Amino acid sequence: MRPLDALAEVCGDVRPGAPEEGVLGVVPGLVAAPATAAEAAGVMRVAAEHGLAVVPRGAETRLDWGTPPDRCDLLVDTHRLARIVEHASGDLVVTAEAGLALDELAAALAARGQRLALDRPLPGSTVGGTIAAAAAGPLRLLYGSPRDLVIGLTVVRADGEVARSGGKVVKNVAGYDLGRLFCGSSGTLGLIVEATFRLHPVPAAHAYVTCPVTGAAQAHEAVQSLLHSPIAPSAIEVLAPTPPSCTVGVLLEGVPEGVTARTAQATALLGPDAQVCEEPPEGWGLYPDGTTLLDVTAPPTSLTHLLTEIGADALTATWSAIGRGYVGLPAETAPDKAAAIIAGLREGLARHRGSAVVCYAPADVRAAIDFWGPVPAAKLMRQVKDQFDPGHRLSPGRFVGGI
Amino acid sequence: MSEGLARLAGRFGRLLGPDSVITDPVRLRTYECDGLTSHRASPGLVVLPDTAEQIAQIVRDCAAAGVPYVARGSGTGLSGGALPRTDGVLIVTSRMRRILEIDIPNRRAVVEPGVINLDVTRAVRADGYHFAPDPSSQQICSVGGNVAENSGGAHCLKYGFTAHHVLSCEVVTPDGEIVELAADGPGYDLLGVFVGAEGTLGIATKITVRLTRSPEAVRTLLAAFGSIEAGGGAVSAIIGAGVLPAAIEMMDALSIEAAEAAVRCEYPPGAGAVLIVELDGPESEVAHQFAEVERLCRDAGAFEIRVAADDAERALIWTGRKSAFAAMGRISPAYLVQDGVIPRTSLPRVLASIDALSAASGVRVANVFHAGDGNLHPLVLFDDAEPGAAERAEEVSGKILDLCIEHGGSITGEHGVGVDKSRYMPRMFTETDLDTMQMVRCGFDPAGLCNPGKVFPTPRLCGEVPGVRKGPHPYEGKADLF
Repeated sequence: MRPLDALAEVCGDVRPGAPEEGVLGVVPGLVAAPATAAEAAGVMRVAAEHGLAVVPRGAETRLDWGTPPDRCDLLVDTHRLARIVEHASGDLVVTAEAGLALDELAAALAARGQRLALDRPLPGSTVGGTIAAAAAGPLRLLYGSPRDLVIGLTVVRADGEVARSGGKVVKNVAGYDLGRLFCGSSGTLGLIVEATFRLHPVPAAHAYVTCPVTGAAQAHEAVQSLLHSPIAPSAIEVLAPTPPSCTVGVLLEGVPEGVTARTAQATALLGPDAQVCEEPPEGWGLYPDGTTLLDVTAPPTSLTHLLTEIGADALTATWSAIGRGYVGLPAETAPDKAAAIIAGLREGLARHRGSAVVCYAPADVRAAIDFWGPVPAAKLMRQVKDQFDPGHRLSPGRFVGGI
Repeated sequence: MSEGLARLAGRFGRLLGPDSVITDPVRLRTYECDGLTSHRASPGLVVLPDTAEQIAQIVRDCAAAGVPYVARGSGTGLSGGALPRTDGVLIVTSRMRRILEIDIPNRRAVVEPGVINLDVTRAVRADGYHFAPDPSSQQICSVGGNVAENSGGAHCLKYGFTAHHVLSCEVVTPDGEIVELAADGPGYDLLGVFVGAEGTLGIATKITVRLTRSPEAVRTLLAAFGSIEAGGGAVSAIIGAGVLPAAIEMMDALSIEAAEAAVRCEYPPGAGAVLIVELDGPESEVAHQFAEVERLCRDAGAFEIRVAADDAERALIWTGRKSAFAAMGRISPAYLVQDGVIPRTSLPRVLASIDALSAASGVRVANVFHAGDGNLHPLVLFDDAEPGAAERAEEVSGKILDLCIEHGGSITGEHGVGVDKSRYMPRMFTETDLDTMQMVRCGFDPAGLCNPGKVFPTPRLCGEVPGVRKGPHPYEGKADLF
């Protein structure tokens, strides 16, 4: 039986791939959109039987991230897996299917005064895609990233078996936490079909306090004063569209009386130029401009260095005081220049125990650069990958070191 | 001692010096159990290394000899995760107790695995920081053990578990290599699965922990209720109001009685349940929320509320709770500590079921729990002098776990699976779930020598990989990417 026919037997929505559906130019042979976890399992089983290389697709907001797949015989589209399975509001827990857009989830949760404390840098992005990309924004400072908020995960393995880890309770140490392993795994370990998250109440009040600063050293000083203060910020961001000058912003959330008092404290720390507003400053929680995007691990004490370096090359950046940021390279950056910039950043950040990974880049830049930089535990990663996907059919070539 | 172990003992003696290798049966017995004393096994050999390089060499030697090994910190675990192997080597990290670096500007510290949990906090307290995971054993438990068990504590309701407070670990892998696993950086989040793997994926030799800004204000109250149901109602009301306390702890009448007998904590007489609620954070937030919590407790039927005026009074409120486990000795010759989790909203139903279970079996159960996150610690009381009593207690304890699973909870919230609960894992997870978890194990430790027999009821044969490999090796020509 042809793969298309075999897939049609287990899944209601199967068709040949279209040229415009290419994953970084690699056009999928087939596209299947399972509507249930059982259908997804059927699809993955057929893919295993036919040796098909599988790439999962959510809302395509990050499909151009990473390196192109070596091959893509089957794109598994999750848009029909888009239900909220259970919102146990009294327990502050929600279970949702992988294809559900985070915006929709947020709206449903907000109706009951709750939220998933993850920023949504790219509108439309899905539950599954967000986990696969370990995507997070400014709120990471207080609430962490998907690894800290996913408490249960259901995946379909390469062989079509459905496996679950974690559960529906926040406090749980039974068995390995595969949820954390799958965060940031870029579709290379299995197909995420359902996730359970820990939720938080929507705070009664919030305020942003922002302050423009002209130099890297001042930005560092402002961040340090906020970071070590007792005002318990939800986020501290540095927005640098034209570094080294930038905006330092802090988000305070809580009860109205508390936010008022803490806003006054933050304003005092940031000085006379500080402004208070209810709306986030421009660029808050978004990726910086540019056609090449880097995800940098840059601890607080590397901020001065980071802003100075990227200022010299006229790059853009946003940075969170948790020690993670994004750097954008403008479209006109020549491939060899991009390679030099990235290598320079890596070298500088390594002195601060930091790193830089490329998220996306134009094809000519991709060809000139090392996408990942040094990968400390590469051998172990390959050994784990080999266990989950011995045939190397899941997003092959999309991840570190050829994984 | 087997010939293989004797050979290893000789090698390790030359590697570490004779003072760092224990072969004397009497001294070996010191290490025969961890905090779960019902499981005992004298280790074949104990080593006390000082460095990661030594641990790597020990692991390589064990691997070459096919000898299993177990890492142990302070031995305070409650699920037998550090239970030694009689045919293996116990690697004790108690000599690796240096705090290597304190980096306040980056809010982190680098410590060796044997460093005591509370010593991290002591070292940074003056800077206004602390290490957030606070298991009750924090005065003696090690950070390496915290990493293995993904330890929590009363305050993890707000601050999360060890996994949320470890930025990276230097690890000796079962291959005997020293690698760095980090939460940030390129590739898989292997650290995320390593923390909480109960020492089955390797041995942490250096840990970079996140330091947490100590709160400006801490306020604690004790509320007494006529019944557990009323106390549970207060918990739901507090959480429902959008308040996230640092801790919410509850004790039932039997555990109050025991604590009273042991430490004279002077909790309000006649209470069917007491609730301890602690709020922390910026002064302006805490002041407002604390008033609301008081009101919610009163509305839920609290007949007495005590507010700690200072640190001494706060300590007094906590005394009863913290001594609850040990206090059981005052009301029962022996007891089992259970650790199960339920969705918080199921609390009243599950506690009623535990009551019914207790009544039907005649086995007394005292309840102490982290009510905020639904983590129950039922204490199953029995008389070990009475024939069959231990078995009956064990049965009731197991049925409590079944109740947790029925209500969508977990068989362990913080004590771990270890050897104690591996047999319950199939009640919570399918064979495929467990098989999938063990793929990670096989990736790290295909020979299965690193803390074997823990967590999983049956080991996966690592050769049994699904699927067929076709064509050239996919990494071919790509190794130069690094």
